[in-house]
Amino acid sequence: MSRVLDVRHLRKHFPIRRGLFGRVANHVRAVDDVSFSIDAGETLSLVGESGCGKTTTSRCILRAVEPTGGEILFRNEAGQEIDVAHLDRKGLRPLRRQMQMIFQDPFSSLNPRMTISEIIGEPLLVNGMTDTAERNARVAALLDTVQLPNAYLNRFPHAFSGGQRQRIGIARAMALNPSLIVADEPVSALDVSVQAQIVNLMLDLQDRLGIAYLFVAHDLSVVKHVSHRVAVMYVGRIVEIAPTEALFSSPRHPYSEALLSAVPVPDPRRRAQRIVLDGDVADPSSPPSGCHFHPRCRYATERCKVETPELTEIAPGHAVRCLRAEELSLQGVATG
Amino acid sequence: MVDPILQVRDLHTHFFADEGVVRAVDGTSFDLYPGRTLGIVGESGCGKSVTARSILRIVERPGRIVSGQILLRRGDGSQIDLAAQSPDSAEMRTIRGGEIGLVFQEPMSSLSAFHTVGNQIIEAVRLHSKLSKKAARDRAIELLAMVGIPRPAQRVDAYSFELSGGLRQRVMIALALAAEPGILIADEPTTALDVTTQAQILDLIRRLQQERQLAVILITHDMGVIAEMADDVVVMYLGKEVEKGPVDTIFHAPRHPYTRSLLRSIPSVLARPRDRLATIAGSIPHPFARPKGCPFHPRCPDFMPGTCDRDFPKEVAIADRHSTACHLYAS
Repeated sequence: MSRVLDVRHLRKHFPIRRGLFGRVANHVRAVDDVSFSIDAGETLSLVGESGCGKTTTSRCILRAVEPTGGEILFRNEAGQEIDVAHLDRKGLRPLRRQMQMIFQDPFSSLNPRMTISEIIGEPLLVNGMTDTAERNARVAALLDTVQLPNAYLNRFPHAFSGGQRQRIGIARAMALNPSLIVADEPVSALDVSVQAQIVNLMLDLQDRLGIAYLFVAHDLSVVKHVSHRVAVMYVGRIVEIAPTEALFSSPRHPYSEALLSAVPVPDPRRRAQRIVLDGDVADPSSPPSGCHFHPRCRYATERCKVETPELTEIAPGHAVRCLRAEELSLQGVATG
Repeated sequence: MVDPILQVRDLHTHFFADEGVVRAVDGTSFDLYPGRTLGIVGESGCGKSVTARSILRIVERPGRIVSGQILLRRGDGSQIDLAAQSPDSAEMRTIRGGEIGLVFQEPMSSLSAFHTVGNQIIEAVRLHSKLSKKAARDRAIELLAMVGIPRPAQRVDAYSFELSGGLRQRVMIALALAAEPGILIADEPTTALDVTTQAQILDLIRRLQQERQLAVILITHDMGVIAEMADDVVVMYLGKEVEKGPVDTIFHAPRHPYTRSLLRSIPSVLARPRDRLATIAGSIPHPFARPKGCPFHPRCPDFMPGTCDRDFPKEVAIADRHSTACHLYAS
């Protein structure tokens, strides 16, 4: 498989300014040395609690926020690896076509004054498809791809339900045949019965067109349905990354274990004894010493307070940032 | 079983807008028992929140209760029909907060940013009792400790924006229970929270319920939360109650095609990775364009032309405490 994206040591620190002259008093380490890669046709999910840095990571990759450090290597159409983190605006433009985004809120991400055909056609027009007939044909084909009737072409977004709007957003993202789509909570604003349709649509499009997804989500149930691999983030760092089945059935980081056990299972006969984490996510401007997770970790020892664990591969494709990863036997959720 | 503390009988709450009438709640009936949790589940527009607001008589204009009864059993054994009270009456004001507590979804917007959390709880305590300011403050600290807030004696002077989402939701629960109501209505209490915080809050609600024999109405769109928490379940779709029964029956022997489809379409951590989900065709209709007959018929896999698109199905008893409104089961 060819690699589409290779993120190395990505960092994003937001300054905290104080006082009259905006002196920088401290930094929020929103993303702190994050590395991962995504292959063509693959879905990698970033999961974690709010404030863990998953959204900031995805925005750095699209250069919607400026990374503080690290490399974001993206393979372009010509097969060259380009470092997105260090490109200027002009250099970014041709790459923007190949990396697209699907947003969370289908109500605020579509311009209410544009028709559906204008919304989907705009990226085509901007990228030089000036022939109206050609553009319209492409827009019609895209609507077909996301299973919306062509009769909707000249309607405005307000006429559509949340699920239909999300389909329009997907069609727009697909317009320029991107090789990577960043989807930040694409189904969390949708009703359950509609969510299933959009999840399936995204899976089908990926199988057909070989798009890579970076899927940012907090809902682990949805994540299980879409991902090939999952990265769990905590206070700006990846604490565990593994193939989906391995992460869910045999997590190796205590935080992954706690996250999984907190997910309500839709079966009253499986009211499990959950591991309830005390306290809240650590403050990323002054994270705890040693392992960031140690104040909430039920397995923490004295060593965890002083020593910072590295992300270490413990099985092929399965890496963990925990000092006790080898000795702990943790509980996952079995499939079925 | 003991007598129900609240009985809702054929409740209809409609909204009279210029564009037409929205029948937000259109014939809901259920019983609520002390020490038990009733889960009301459904997707957007199903009327679950309006049902809660109707019970508390805080439905906003142009909405109002058109018909039905909401019978509340009070401490002295008497019964009062909340649907027949004026929303602004002194009676309703003692019942709201005093006998029925409410927890909303959004703890940020339902707490005042201008008063400390302590002062807000003190106000609620003093509204429903004759405690002195000093005693009410002690009571507020006690309540904060009860909902598991660390260092309650200091946190009592905090403002809501100084607290995390989970702590704010704990404050909301302390506030709702300040006057020791017998009923707690929790409207999507954990939807805005992370899954780990959600687990903490659900645990807290369960613990308080056991300690105080609270009757809880839990309103949510999340079938997982229902499975974890509810004893009895009401499934709603577009203002109509489509199925109700004990939680185990709803999940393991559902009858209504909507309940069945909904259960099949929810993603689960138990699924195989990359498994396609079962889908329900179409989307939820706009409330002004509610389909005739059974509101689910355009999306229903078991649609029977000439029947389902003509009349609304009557409620059919399947077993003790289990009933559904579907033409498939009409005798």
